[in-house]
Amino acid sequence: MIDHYLYLAVILFVIGALGVMIRRNALVAFMSVELMLNAANLALVAFAFQHGKLDGQVASFFVMVVAAAEVVVGLGIIVSIYKTRRSTSVDNANLLNR
Amino acid sequence: MTVVFWICAPLMVLGALGLVLFRKAVHSALSMALTMVCLAVLYASLSAPFLFAVQIIVYTGAVLMMFLFVLMLVGVDTPDSIVETIKGQRVLAALGALGLLGLMVFSIGGAVTAPATTTAAAEAAAGGNVEGVAELLFGRYVWVFELTSALLITAAVGAMIFAHAQRTKPKLGQKERADERMKAYAASGTHPGSLPNSGVFATSNSIATPALLPDGSIAEESVSRTLTERGVQLDSAQLKQITADAFAAAERVGDEEDEEL
Repeated sequence: MIDHYLYLAVILFVIGALGVMIRRNALVAFMSVELMLNAANLALVAFAFQHGKLDGQVASFFVMVVAAAEVVVGLGIIVSIYKTRRSTSVDNANLLNR
Repeated sequence: MTVVFWICAPLMVLGALGLVLFRKAVHSALSMALTMVCLAVLYASLSAPFLFAVQIIVYTGAVLMMFLFVLMLVGVDTPDSIVETIKGQRVLAALGALGLLGLMVFSIGGAVTAPATTTAAAEAAAGGNVEGVAELLFGRYVWVFELTSALLITAAVGAMIFAHAQRTKPKLGQKERADERMKAYAASGTHPGSLPNSGVFATSNSIATPALLPDGSIAEESVSRTLTERGVQLDSAQLKQITADAFAAAERVGDEEDEEL
């Protein structure tokens, strides 16, 4: 049964990676990163269940906390880029490119 | 557990696909909400009630609401551009994703053969799931927990710095504005008082109707410049004509009534 959860986690992770690669909207790319983090969380909890230890759940909890902090800073960056460039497309943030 | 999994898993995959494929970011955010709620249910089915609650509170509650707030800030209706800046990027990305999927599926396939131990024993030893997680969190992982608080404070300060906009000009108060008007009056004779308001005629009291000066000419200042340039300013002569016609008609009716008497 646990391997089903792992396959689901893999599918979600791959869909998230695909989203990061093909979407130009910074917000949607960011949501895809969140999806990848959650897929990893699901694998952690599934392994915790498999091995009968709660450490996996604690690790998953820490991932959630780090993801929340990451969202705060990432959205702050997106909003400040939007303020100066009037766009959330990742193609338009090219100041370091010039 | 099996039933819950087979209900939630397809919904989650659909939600994840929607997140990637919807053109509008709001739809993506909503389908992500579906995925997150289903994920919380799967945590519950894996006997992790604490994570079930945290997932719903942190992800669907806090993170997604923040995503939606930012979406409202940056404009909801901006669809993603479909122009490929790198040629063949989409095909290559799909191929890469397929490769990643194959790699991970083959590495997982047959990796788990033993039946699940389940966390029942560990929970029974600690007196419950939440107690067990708390024991680890404040026991073995207490140092990581402390570092987490430092991380959260740093993130909060960082977000505040990002949101802070520095004022480039000093803020103008009432006194400064009044001084400026008087200076303009002294220099060019501009009237320091408020502008005349738009005119009121019998058929229209809209802000696009200009006020008339005593000599019958239009007071230019009484209508917003924007409206004038957009060409929506109502013609006062025409309006006067309508009013005059209406009065003339009323008087004619009055005259006829007089005759009948």
